[in-house]
Amino acid sequence: MAKVKLITRFFEIEDANLLPIYEANGGYAAARKVVTESWPPDKIFSTVKAANLRGLGGAGFPAGMKWSFVPKDAEGPKYLVVNADESEPGTFKDRHIMLKAPHLLLEGAIIAACSINAEDIYIYVRGEYYQPTQSLERAIEEAEDAGFLGKNIFGSHKNIKVHLHRGAGAYICGEETALLSSLEGFKGWPKLKPPFPAVKGLFSKPTIINNVETLSYVPIVIDKGPEYFAKLGVERNGGARLFGISGHVKKPGVYELSLGTPMRELIFDHAGGVRGDRKLKAVIPGGSSCPVLTADEIDVNLDFDSLAKIGSMLGSGGMIIMDETTDMVKVLLRICRFYAFESCGQCTPCREGTGWMTRIMERVASGEGTSQDLDDLYDVAGMIGGNTICPLGDAASLPVLSFVKKFRAEFEAKVSAAKVPAASGKKSAGEEI
Amino acid sequence: MSVSFPDKEKKRVEEIIEHYPQKKAAIGDVLYLAQKQFGHISPEVELYVASLLDLPASYVHQIVTFYTMYLENPVGKHLMLLCNNVSCMLCGAEDMLAKVEKKLGIGPGETTKDNKFTLWTVECLGACEMAPCLMIDDKLYGNLTVEKLDKLLDSVE
Repeated sequence: MAKVKLITRFFEIEDANLLPIYEANGGYAAARKVVTESWPPDKIFSTVKAANLRGLGGAGFPAGMKWSFVPKDAEGPKYLVVNADESEPGTFKDRHIMLKAPHLLLEGAIIAACSINAEDIYIYVRGEYYQPTQSLERAIEEAEDAGFLGKNIFGSHKNIKVHLHRGAGAYICGEETALLSSLEGFKGWPKLKPPFPAVKGLFSKPTIINNVETLSYVPIVIDKGPEYFAKLGVERNGGARLFGISGHVKKPGVYELSLGTPMRELIFDHAGGVRGDRKLKAVIPGGSSCPVLTADEIDVNLDFDSLAKIGSMLGSGGMIIMDETTDMVKVLLRICRFYAFESCGQCTPCREGTGWMTRIMERVASGEGTSQDLDDLYDVAGMIGGNTICPLGDAASLPVLSFVKKFRAEFEAKVSAAKVPAASGKKSAGEEI
Repeated sequence: MSVSFPDKEKKRVEEIIEHYPQKKAAIGDVLYLAQKQFGHISPEVELYVASLLDLPASYVHQIVTFYTMYLENPVGKHLMLLCNNVSCMLCGAEDMLAKVEKKLGIGPGETTKDNKFTLWTVECLGACEMAPCLMIDDKLYGNLTVEKLDKLLDSVE
């Protein structure tokens, strides 16, 4: 349980974004092996499955299993889509990979494409990521020139082409079905599943969507062997991942730790503890949609299952640290505004609910709220979660539920000065909100 | 139709379309190209893009208005995107906004009188380890302080 250097190894090598340096440090050995030895898809799935590599975009779905969902008898093109639409507040790890180790991502994508027999890879990069896009453009060109991408890669009969697609500013497009809609030239509206993208995805063809970091671990899994990778982590949570830590912390940044590392170790040992040596108040463990933890809850190990056990999520690994001076009401208002702005508008509970929650929170934060507002907030949040096509609805409601529950006294203090509503009986959530 | 791409951009449109099995999928990059060429996506530009991709103009309008990075209106010479999401807020984004407001005399969504800067407050830019951060055009600046921001704004030509 500790710091490891698998992906971050390349961050420390100067110019590892360039092909000759990347190759000199063992780069493209895994993809070359898979392609030239003609590994059958089953061998690739089973290797990645044995490594217990989980999807590191947020959901934590086992990567190898996802690939095996593509129907073997499907005819016509299949696609691999790389989700580089990193937009979850508090998350910035993929930016580092694309800037400093773009070839690692390309190599992982080549291997994943081989596992589903895809000849086209689309990388969907968020529009604001200009430098990461340039870094990828250059890497793609280098890999094409070297014969690692394009026709007859590594001298084989395989053809793999990588297409870069720039997003244009919409958080929702990080959700995989919204991303596919966006990639097809539509608004980024999520779709109901089933059909799952593995069966009917991009341009209605079988499609696998993986996060940048997930794919970047694939060459490492093949190089070092699945057993090595699996053993680094804990049961069902193989290997390591990049944790991004920000907020009130002395050394914000990206830290690569084996899964199962204690959260306390990341905050206090690696990231140097709370800024100004203040007391810790709260932690958002994996992007702003994850339920907040109080300072008393941080004795938890950083793996998907341990965080789920205490009612939160490891999410994207983007951790936000808040010290004792933090106004939790203000933070929740900020989060509510974010989801209201980013709701795509397709499902009523999310479109209307995120607006309601924001308006209630504006009232509470300005000292004009009532204790009824807190109950209403809780009600509205409860009515969004689980009632929408995509997880943005849950993402918007989970912070509200957890902030109000865990920091109720702070919210009560904001409303205690305000008048309690005169009306008798409980309002329904829709009234006067 | 009064707006039209020069030949080089016309060729680029063809190249973009080639990346996709369906023409419609090229709309994102073609709009970026149009924005670069014409400054912003006016209704006239929407019509032009629609004609290039065999789409109704209303369809193009829906895309332009759904995504935040397509400019429906002209902006100043430099577009400043100030992040005010959680990590940046915790690290002083409000002070950065106050500084910009005081120094340039503009609030979110506004453009300076000399047309040099347009300010937008935006959601997470994915650079929380450098909070507070902002972008000016396509460049990211982080670890800002009021003093650093002051100098940065002075240094932009």
